[in-house]
Amino acid sequence: MQQLFNFFIKNKTFVLFLLLLSCALSLTIQSHEYHRSKFLNSSNQITGSIYGTYNGITQYFNLKKENQILLEENKRMKMTVFSQENAVPIDTLLEYKYELYSSLVYKNSYALPNNYLTLNKGQIDHIEEDYGVITSKGIVGIVDQTSKNYSRVLSILNTNSRINVKLKKTNYFGILSWDGKSPEITQLKDIQDLVKLSIGDTIVTSGYSSTFPPNMPVGTIDSYRLNDTEDLYIIDVKLFNDMKNLEHVYIIKNTDINELKALNISDE
Amino acid sequence: MNNIVLKIILSFIGVTLLQVLVCSNINFMGHINPFVYVIFILLYPVINNRLLFIFLSFLLGYTIDIFLDSGGVHAAASVTIAYIRPLFLKFSFGAAYDYQSIKFSNTDFSRRLIYFLLLIVIHHLIVFSLVIFDKTKTVLILQQALHSSIFTLILCLLFNSLFSKKEA
Repeated sequence: MQQLFNFFIKNKTFVLFLLLLSCALSLTIQSHEYHRSKFLNSSNQITGSIYGTYNGITQYFNLKKENQILLEENKRMKMTVFSQENAVPIDTLLEYKYELYSSLVYKNSYALPNNYLTLNKGQIDHIEEDYGVITSKGIVGIVDQTSKNYSRVLSILNTNSRINVKLKKTNYFGILSWDGKSPEITQLKDIQDLVKLSIGDTIVTSGYSSTFPPNMPVGTIDSYRLNDTEDLYIIDVKLFNDMKNLEHVYIIKNTDINELKALNISDE
Repeated sequence: MNNIVLKIILSFIGVTLLQVLVCSNINFMGHINPFVYVIFILLYPVINNRLLFIFLSFLLGYTIDIFLDSGGVHAAASVTIAYIRPLFLKFSFGAAYDYQSIKFSNTDFSRRLIYFLLLIVIHHLIVFSLVIFDKTKTVLILQQALHSSIFTLILCLLFNSLFSKKEA
C-alpha cells in the first residue's frame, strides 16, 4: 500500500494528466453519439448570456438584409392569403396543429462535422426537445437540448442528423443526412434505383415524423449517383437555406406531439 | 506574485472570449478557423506548478469545448500539449531552459517559431482527429490540421510580438 502511494506521489503529474485526458476523451466519445451529450453545452446560462451580449452587438450589421428577408416572406404570406378563395377568418379560438415561435440564433457553426446552433428561447418559452427549427426558406434542424432560457439545435449540418424527407414530384421518401463536407450540400439516401430523378427536383419534408409538418421546403437535387451495391441512390441535395447566415428562425411545436409519442410508445 | 496570478486569470478569460467570439467565426475559405487560445498554454510562465498548469490547460480546453459544443476535443488536445510542453521547451531552447531562465520575449525568433510550430501542429492533429473521428478520412484530418495550424501559428506569432514587453 505504501509503495502504491509512493508511486502515485512520484508520478503525480502523469497520473493527473492521464485522469484529465481520459475525462476529455470520454466526453468526446459521448458527444459523438446522438442525444448523449447531457453534460455542459452551449445552451447553459453563462455561455448563453455571453453569446447573447455578443449577438446584441453584431445583429445590427445584418439588419438591412434581415429586413429584406422578412419583407419577402411577408409578401409571400400575403399573396397566399389573398389568393385563397374562402379565406380563413382570423380567430383566436382557432386551433392550430402547429405553433410557431420566432427566435434569434445566438451561435451557429457550419465548419465542423458536428454542428449545433444556440437559440435564445428555452423552457420558459415552452420549447422542448424534438421541436423542429426552420427559416422562411427551409429547414434548419431539431432542438436537442434546452435550458431555462436557451436551447441547442442539432443542425442538419451534423453527421448525426437524420431527417425524413421525400421527393415532391413522386412522393418517394428517404433519409436526409450530411457527410460533413460542404455546408451547402446534404445527402439523401434510401431512394430506390427505379425512381426517376432529374437534377433540380425539389425535396420537401415528408411529415412522417412529428417534428416537421409535411411539404416544408428542403432543397433541390444537385447531382445523384448509385451506392456501392447499386440498388439505392445517393442524392446530393442543395439546400434552400444559406446555413452560413442564419439570424431569425422559427421553432415549430406540433401540438399533437404528446399524443403521437404516446401512440408510438404503446406500439413498442 | 499576485500580479502574475491576476495576469493569468485575465489572459485565461481574454483568450477564451477571443477564441469563441472572434476566431471561431472567421471561417476563412469556408472552413478554416484558428485556435488561438493555445497561446495561453504556449506562453504560460516556465517556472510553474506543473499540476496546476495541466489542470488550467484542461479547464481552458473544456471551456472552449462548452462554447463550441465539441464534447471534450479541445480539453484532450490542451491537456496533452500542456503535459509534453517541457520536452519541447528543452528541445527548442536547449541550455536556456535548463537554467529555467527563459523569457519568451528575449529568445531568438527562429527558436520560438520551432517551439510554437511543433506544439500547435500536435494540438491541431489531436483536435481534428478527435473531431472527425474516422480513420477512413485521414487525408481530410491532415489537410484541415495543416491549414488551421498555419493560421494559428501566424496569429500566435503576431499576438506574441504585439503583447510582449520590449526589453530596450
